[in-house]
Formats: sequence, C-alpha cells, structure tokens
Amino acid sequence: MQPTNRSRRILLPVKMWFVYTTLFTALFLNYIPTGHLPAVPDFVALVLAFWCVREPLKIGIGAGFVFGLLTDIGVGAALGQHAFAYVLVAYAANELSRRVLWFTPVEQALHVLPLLFLSQVVMVIVRLLAGAEFPGWWMFFGSFVAAVLWIPLHYVLLLPQYQPMDRDDNRPI
Amino acid sequence: MVGHSPPPFFKRGPAPLAKLVFFLVLSLALLVSDLKLRYLDAFRQGLSVLAYPLQMAAATPADFVRNASDYFASLVRLQIENKELKRKQLQGGERLLRLEQLEQENRHLRSLLEARERQPVKSTVAEIMYTAKDPFSRKVILDKGAQAGIEAGQAVVDDAGVVGQITRVFPMQSELTLLTDKDQAIPVMVVRSGLRAVLFGSGDGLMELRYLAANADVQPGDKVVTSGLDGVFLAGLPVATVARVERDQAQTFARIPCLPAAGVERFTHVLVLGHRESLPARPPEVEPVVSKLKGRKARPAKE
Repeated sequence: MQPTNRSRRILLPVKMWFVYTTLFTALFLNYIPTGHLPAVPDFVALVLAFWCVREPLKIGIGAGFVFGLLTDIGVGAALGQHAFAYVLVAYAANELSRRVLWFTPVEQALHVLPLLFLSQVVMVIVRLLAGAEFPGWWMFFGSFVAAVLWIPLHYVLLLPQYQPMDRDDNRPI
Repeated sequence: MVGHSPPPFFKRGPAPLAKLVFFLVLSLALLVSDLKLRYLDAFRQGLSVLAYPLQMAAATPADFVRNASDYFASLVRLQIENKELKRKQLQGGERLLRLEQLEQENRHLRSLLEARERQPVKSTVAEIMYTAKDPFSRKVILDKGAQAGIEAGQAVVDDAGVVGQITRVFPMQSELTLLTDKDQAIPVMVVRSGLRAVLFGSGDGLMELRYLAANADVQPGDKVVTSGLDGVFLAGLPVATVARVERDQAQTFARIPCLPAAGVERFTHVLVLGHRESLPARPPEVEPVVSKLKGRKARPAKE
C-alpha cells in the first residue's frame, strides 16, 4: 500500500490470519468472566476499531457483525446487542480511517474514544428500551480505559509489519 | 461513453452505507426476536457450542484465582467455618428428624383427607462457575447443563432459600437468573398473614412486593415464602424478609422492598430442584353456557 499517513516507514502488507488471530484473542479476553467489575474495556471493539482504521479495504462491517454475535453468546447478552454496536463502530472506523491515520497514536486514541463511547451508549439504549436495569455510570469508564490501551496496541499490532522481509546486515539504515 | 461511470479503483463490494443499513437491520431483527419473541434459543445453543471451548479457556484464569485464594485461606478461618458447619448440621439434623415424622404424619392425614399426595422432588447439586458479564442483568452460569438433566424453568435454592430460576440450558452449562434480576417474578405468600402476592426483583439487589393494596397486612420483618401457585416452585420455601413498608396515600399500592433470604448474590453451591408434579387438570368448562353469559356479564362490570 502507498504510505497514506505520517509514518515515514513503509510497512509490510498486513496478513489476514494475523488480523483474525488478534480478533479472536480479543474475544478470549472479553470472555474472561470478570463479573460486574466496572471499567473493564471491550477488547473486541478496540481491536476491531484498530483494524478498521488501519485496513478499511480488508476488514469492516461484516467482521464486526460476526464478532458481535460471538461476544453476545459468550457474555450472555441479548443476541444482536454487541453486533449492533460493533457494526456501527466498524462503519465509523472505516469512514474515519483516512483522517485518523494522519495523527500520532495519542491523537488517534482521542479519535477512537468517542467511537467506543458511542458503542456503549447504543448498547445501553437498546437494553433500556427492552426493559433492563441501568447498570450504573461506572460502565462507561471502560471505553476510557480502552482508549488508553490504544497507544500500546498501536505498536503491538503493527509489530509483524515492521519486520523487514529479508534481513540485510550490510544495509546502512 | 456518456452515462458510463469509470470502473472503481478499489474493489469494496456493496457501498458501505448499504452494508451498514443491512447489518443494522439484521442485528435489530435479531434483538427483537431474542428479547421479545424468544425465537432464537436453538440458534444461540448452536453458536454456544462453537464458543464453548473459548469460554472454558477464558474461565480458567478466574478459576485459578479463586482456587488460589481458597488454597491460601488461613487455617483459623477454615476451623471457624468447620465449627459453624458442624453446628448447622446438628441443628439441621434435629429438624430433619422432626421433618421425617411430620412428613409421615402429613402423608397419613392427606390420605385420610383423600388429598393428592405431594411427590418428593429430585434435585441436582450444581456449582456456580461465574457471574455472566452482561451488566444489564443478574445472571450466573452453573456447571451443569442439559447433560445432567437440567431443564429451563427449574427452581434453584441454596441452604437459606430460593435463589432463582434456570432460564437457559446449554449442553454443559446452564444460566440461572437470580431473583434480584429486574422483573424476575415469583408468586409468594406472607407467612404471618397468609397474604398472597407476587414478588419482583427490583434490580438493585433487592426485591419488591408489588400490587398489594396500601392497607395490606404486611409489616417490616415479615417472612415471605413461596406460595407454590405457579407449579414451578415448591410451596413454603423461604424467599425474602420484608425490609420496610411505605404506604403512600397518593398511590393505590404500597411500596414494599424486601431483602432476599438466600445469599442471592454470594453463594457457590446451589441445588437445582426437579420439576414439580404437574398441576391438577382444570375442571371441565361448560363451553356454550360460558360463551353465552360472557357478553351479559362483561357489561355490568364496566359500568
């Protein structure tokens, strides 16, 4: 791909198996039964937003829907609740990607925060309309934690793409 | 060439907005059919089989933490707990002996009265694995499922009283909705006055006796037990204690918050009770007479 952002490095093309591995890892983290602990970030939403921003041509709404359903099953939520929110996140992240990639990781995190927050608000509205109890304001703290996690994630998830294809010890740079 | 759009540079399939609308509508349809119509239990079970290995793997760290804290529990605490359990068992043993005698007597009296005999229920001990992560409801996951003969709708108790009801059954696990879940209802009876009512979860760890008149005979501290009218719960299981009674002249009904009797949010082992015997058949209705009378009866009621 052409370097469309401020990063001076030309990255290797992403491997789709790596994308799906990280998404499944995030799903695994979401499945860890933390009960009603407040401020637990939604890992799948975060990783999904990351790949939708980085690779808008390769991953998007469909993946959001499928991983949303899997999350719904695992956490015992209403079927379609996370799917609905993740579809919105994936769409918005795809649309924002051309803008977001020009910023530094910290500024990118500030762009992603409203996305993740919005996904939580959507879920709360959907469930309250269906007659559930309000879980308390602490729940929204999770998206702030997730936004902070974006900064390390930015380096971790791009690590495979930083590796040179064939190592040349005599290369000056 | 006029009227022909250039071929797209990047192949993206359908337009993003169209895709968005399609998937949003699809997930809304799923939501409605799951929450309102409850059509999707088979679909959910199918998907849960796929998710099960990942779920089990994810539950392992939590298990490990719990087991480790058990392991390092101090000797003193265990000794105290042991003493307490022994004391409880002794008390329980004495009551059990009496119960046996009472049951014998009850059976005898029932046979004298030619009443239907109460059948003993089969029960299964299950362990609570973890609290479901969904922050909008109060549900826990049990380690026994359809393979252990558990069915949706069964009542669940612990040593102090009713805990909740099984709402979903998976092959290896089942989902228990606690009584404190919002709008989880259970038909009950106030022991002191014999008043029958319905107890609802109010969502904040408490329960509420609803639809009781403002002058109903209820006092703080009253014990509330199951009435058994639903055919699911056995009659006489302790459910809650009335915390306070708020009588407001402006309201038709009194507001009566109750504290759960069982450790509804802090137990590890529970007993899943088997289905109660089926209710007696309804008395045969005299169809034609009822339908004729309906029209005439309804009108005076309205006036």
